[in-house]
Amino acid sequence: MKNSSTDSIAPSDGISALHKGNALLYQLDEFMKPRIIAIVQKEFLHIIRDPRSLVIVFLMPIIMVLLYGYAITFDIKEIQLGILDENRTPASRELVQKLTSSNYFKIMADLQSRNEIEEGMLQRRFVAALVIPVDYAKKLKTEPQSQVQLIVDGANSNTATVAINYAKSFFMMYSLEMNTQILVPPLELQPRIWYNPDMKSAHFIVPGLVAVIMMLICTLLTSITITRERESGTMEQILVSPIRPYEIIFGKIAPYVILALIDAIIVVVCARIIFGVPFRGNPLLLLLFCVFYVYASLSLGVFISARVKTQQVAMILAQLTTTLPAIMLSGFIFPIISLPIVLQIISYLVPAKYFLTIIRGIMLKGIGFGYFHQPAIFLLAFGTVLLLASVNRFKTNLEG
Amino acid sequence: MENEFSVKVQELTRTFGDFVAVDHISFQVYKGEIFGFLGANGAGKTTTIKMLCGLLMPTSGTAYVSDFDIYKQTEEIKQNIGYMSQKFSLYEDLTVEENLEFYGGIYGLNNHELKIACSQAVHSTGLGDHLHKLTRDIPLGWKQRLALSCAIMHQPKILFLDEPTGGVDPISRRNFWSLIYDLADGGTTVFVTTHYMDEAEYCNRLSIMHDGKIIAIGSPRELKQSYQKESIEDVFIDLVKK
Repeated sequence: MKNSSTDSIAPSDGISALHKGNALLYQLDEFMKPRIIAIVQKEFLHIIRDPRSLVIVFLMPIIMVLLYGYAITFDIKEIQLGILDENRTPASRELVQKLTSSNYFKIMADLQSRNEIEEGMLQRRFVAALVIPVDYAKKLKTEPQSQVQLIVDGANSNTATVAINYAKSFFMMYSLEMNTQILVPPLELQPRIWYNPDMKSAHFIVPGLVAVIMMLICTLLTSITITRERESGTMEQILVSPIRPYEIIFGKIAPYVILALIDAIIVVVCARIIFGVPFRGNPLLLLLFCVFYVYASLSLGVFISARVKTQQVAMILAQLTTTLPAIMLSGFIFPIISLPIVLQIISYLVPAKYFLTIIRGIMLKGIGFGYFHQPAIFLLAFGTVLLLASVNRFKTNLEG
Repeated sequence: MENEFSVKVQELTRTFGDFVAVDHISFQVYKGEIFGFLGANGAGKTTTIKMLCGLLMPTSGTAYVSDFDIYKQTEEIKQNIGYMSQKFSLYEDLTVEENLEFYGGIYGLNNHELKIACSQAVHSTGLGDHLHKLTRDIPLGWKQRLALSCAIMHQPKILFLDEPTGGVDPISRRNFWSLIYDLADGGTTVFVTTHYMDEAEYCNRLSIMHDGKIIAIGSPRELKQSYQKESIEDVFIDLVKK
């Protein structure tokens, strides 16, 4: 070649730099290097060079932990209450005083008429209104029972239920306080809550996030990485080499296994530090089950990408088959038992459901391996079936 | 006695539904020659190459590549061939060197072999100045040479080039062809498809393909003589008109 003489200095520099950089990675220089290593190395380079995947891998878990941890909370500290006191007596003022000093309610408005109740609810100034009728004080003295009315905004059924329960227990206490002669019921229930005594939603939600985020990383990123190669034509170039389909698949998913495990650790550490979620079980046991779960999720991603031709379709399918079920049908937020029966049946096919049982069990209850036979077997079976189906499909899909 | 053919094809056919992409073609490629496949887009050149490289199963017919059966011995074939497509299948977000290493790596080259193959590639193509640049940042002509270098990292006996000069300027095309001559001088059999008439003239032997069939085969000189034309272009136009 014409240029060869002028360029003969540069190559040796490049080669020696390359050799130094890789010397640590493989000492077995003399032997044939496993081809799968080439795929793994290249895949890492893709991830490092692509800012978008870096954001997905490292920033998204933290953002999701903060969002879900703080935003999805079923703990309602104070119910915003409007009060319509039609009675205006020392007795009614005492009731209002008691309500104000309780931790259950926050008095938002002192209403003058019934019309203002609706107005206030429409403006969302309060979610419940207490009406103290004109004859409140009189009835207290003369009759066995006096009544007050609680009007609740049912648009948010969760808040409404909480408001009613708060009011019930408040008035129970207040009644006892006003008249110590009241007959004490012969049976008293004393509830005691285990594993999450303060009933903090974060303790319930945040461990579940590990399931959602790992699913997202594993399926979304892997399904994109394989379809991208098909679109750019590089997959064809790989397939004319002697490398085998399983080497391509395992080589491509290995980096994502590592990233998904790193994400699991990030989320668990955040849960511990930011939300004080306890970790009662064995971290290594959790890590082992994470590997099982990653295996199931990645297989789903590979399965999708072995079937579709473009990155867009792969992304949409990955979202539909992984993220949505992982959030809606896994018991992450909504208990499976309250789903319609058809969705309950479908939920048995959602890997996240099984992993959630495991991670909540390990983190909140500290239980050991013996309790998780079934979910573990399911995750492994799920992954194996899909992976075998994908390897077979892999080559034929390229034709045509 | 060792076979003198690198590629031997008999009645090879591939259909897609009702469409016959390759229609009972037969030809041989001698060891060490530059064998050209000339034809318009859609003539069946790419389909033929894909079948010979093991990317596509034939519908019927037989073919041997480097004495290996394309139905049963695809693994052996893959170890012995190189392939470069018109897409220049490179990773744009990897550097030139990383592309070379990757394509060597998937053939199982160890570090020592990789080092030698890289320096050979640099030596023959002059890619040295670009070694550490991202592939997306180098000009198209260089990408083409890089794609070729990637395809021959494992020193294949037969090199399949599917329209390797598409979209590249004439000077780059000329340089590229001198690389192909170097390879052929070194004993590599080169099987190249093209729709450029001037490139067809560079081949040792040439087959002209039209609508899935081979309608003429021979050296450029033989073809011009037997059809009594000045150039391959005229031969081609004359044949396709019929």
